[in-house]
Amino acid sequence: MVVAAKTTEAVTQNTAQSLKLDVRNLSIHYSGIPALENVTLDVRENEIFGIIGPANAGKTSFLKALNRMDMFTSNMKVQGDIRFNGYDIYKSRNIYALRSRIGVVFPLPVGLPLTIYENVALAPRLSGIRNKAELDVIVERCLERAALWDEVKDRLDSLGSLLSGGQQQRLTIARALSQEPEVLMLDEFSIAVDPVTTMRIEDVLKELKSEMTIVLVTNLVQQARRLADRTAFFLEGRCVEIGDTEELFTGRTKEQSTQDYIEGKFG
Amino acid sequence: MFEISDLNKRNQKKQKLFQILFMLMTLLLIAPVLIILGTLIYKGGSIISVDFLFTHPTDGMTAGGIFPALFGTVWLVAVALLVSVPIGVAAAIYLSEYAPDNWFTRIINLAIINLAGVPSIVHALFGVGAFVIFFKFGTSILAASLTLAIMTLPVVIVASRESLQAVPKAFREACWNMGATRWQTIRRVVLPNAVSGILTGVILEVSRTTGETAPIMFTGAAFFLPFLPQGVFDQTMALSLHLFVVSTQVPGVPEALPYGVALVLIAMVLIMNSISIAFRMYLRGKKKW
Repeated sequence: MVVAAKTTEAVTQNTAQSLKLDVRNLSIHYSGIPALENVTLDVRENEIFGIIGPANAGKTSFLKALNRMDMFTSNMKVQGDIRFNGYDIYKSRNIYALRSRIGVVFPLPVGLPLTIYENVALAPRLSGIRNKAELDVIVERCLERAALWDEVKDRLDSLGSLLSGGQQQRLTIARALSQEPEVLMLDEFSIAVDPVTTMRIEDVLKELKSEMTIVLVTNLVQQARRLADRTAFFLEGRCVEIGDTEELFTGRTKEQSTQDYIEGKFG
Repeated sequence: MFEISDLNKRNQKKQKLFQILFMLMTLLLIAPVLIILGTLIYKGGSIISVDFLFTHPTDGMTAGGIFPALFGTVWLVAVALLVSVPIGVAAAIYLSEYAPDNWFTRIINLAIINLAGVPSIVHALFGVGAFVIFFKFGTSILAASLTLAIMTLPVVIVASRESLQAVPKAFREACWNMGATRWQTIRRVVLPNAVSGILTGVILEVSRTTGETAPIMFTGAAFFLPFLPQGVFDQTMALSLHLFVVSTQVPGVPEALPYGVALVLIAMVLIMNSISIAFRMYLRGKKKW
C-alpha cells in the first residue's frame, strides 16, 4: 500500500484501528524560525517507520514534538495536531503517561550517573515496581536485548556513565526498552555505536517490531532500507515524500529530490 | 623543520614570564595566611591546653579557660545551620529546578545577591528589631542564630544552586523522557550528584558563622556569663566576641590569651573545612560522569 501525504486522509479512515501516531499539519518553530512546516503523516502499529533526510531537515524536532519535549525548550513552539492512540497529546495533561509509553534514544548517549543496574531499573521503579527479583528479570532482559548484557553482567554495580560511548548508547537503548514502551523512537542511534554492534541492534529492532511501533530517524539511507517498512523523506523542514521503503529504494519515488538523496547526490 | 626560530624563542620567553608572574601572585596570596597562622601559634600556642579549652574564665577574664565561649559558638552555629540549611537548599532546588525563567525569578535572584552584600552590622540591627524585639525572643541564642542564618542564607542558596545547575541538563531530560516527574528526577538523579557542592556551601557558611561578631553582639552573645546556656532562649558567650573582649575591653590580660583564643577560633574553622573537604572527596570518588 502506498501512502502519500495527499492521500493520508482516506487511508486514515480505512486503517484507523491500527494507527499509533497520527500527525496533522505539524509545524515547529524555534524563536519564530521554522524548523518543520506542515507535516502530515501517520505511523501504524507494529511497523518500523523510517525518517531520512539531510541535517537541518527537522527530523529531530519531529521526534521531540512526539514526546512533548517542547516543554524543555522554552523557545520551541509546536502547532498542529498529534494523536497517540487517538488521543491529542497537546491537549492531554498527563504527559507522564505519554512519555512512559514512548521510549526515546538520542544520538548522544546519556548514561545516567547511576549504576548500570539502576539505569535500567529506573523506569520500572518509577512505575512502581519494588520487587527485586522482578527488577532483576527486567534488567537482564533489557540489557540482553540491547546487546550489552554479556559485556556488563559482571559489573552491574559500576557506574553507567563510565561506560564507553558505544556501551552507553546500548545502555540508553536498554533503558528505553525497560519502559516497555508502545513506541520506540530512535534518533540516529548508530552514530555512537560501532558497525558490528549496529547490526546486532538492527536485528533486535526487527524482533521488537512484533511488540512495539518503532520510529527510526537515520542519516544512513541504507539503514532505513534494511529496517523500515515505510520511509519518509524530510528536507528543509518539509516532509517531501512518504512511501513504501521498497518502492522508494527501487526508483519509484514521486519527487526527484527523494531520488537524488537516496542515490547520494546530495546530503 | 624543528630548528628554533626567533619567534619561537620570543613566545617561549613570554610564556615563562607569565608563568612566573602567576606563580608569584599565588605565593603572595598564601603569605598572609601563613604569617597569621605562624604568629598565632608562636604567641598563643603555649597557652593551649585541655584545661584552657574546658574551664571557665577566672579573675575577670584575665586567666582561666574559654569553655563557655567555645560551647556557645557551637550552639550558635548549630542552631543557625538547622534553620538556614533546609530553607537555603529548598530555595536553591526551587530556583534551579522549578522556577520559570521570568522577571519574578530574576528579581528573586537579584535579591539573593543583594542580601549577600548587606553589611553584617545591618543584619545585626535587623536581628535586634525582628527577633529580639518583635518576636520577643529577647537577647538569646535563638535570636542570634536566626540573625546568623539570615545573613548566611545567600551563601547556602548560591552554592547549592550552582551545584544543582552543574548536573547536566541531559540527565534531567533523559529522566523526564521516561515519564519521571520533576521531583522523581530531582530525588533520584539531580540531588545525589549535587550533594558535594551543597556541602561546600554549608561548610562555607559554618566558617563564616563561626567568625561573625557583629550580628551576635546585640542579639544573643554576652560579654561574660558565669553559667552555660541551658536552652535556645538563654544568652551565651561566643568565641568571636570573647576574642574581641579580651583583646580590647579587659585590662591586664596576659599577651598569650587573645592569641590563644584566636588560634582556637581559626583551628575550629580549619578542622571543619578539612573534614568537609575529605567528605567531599569521598563523595566525588563515588559519583562521577
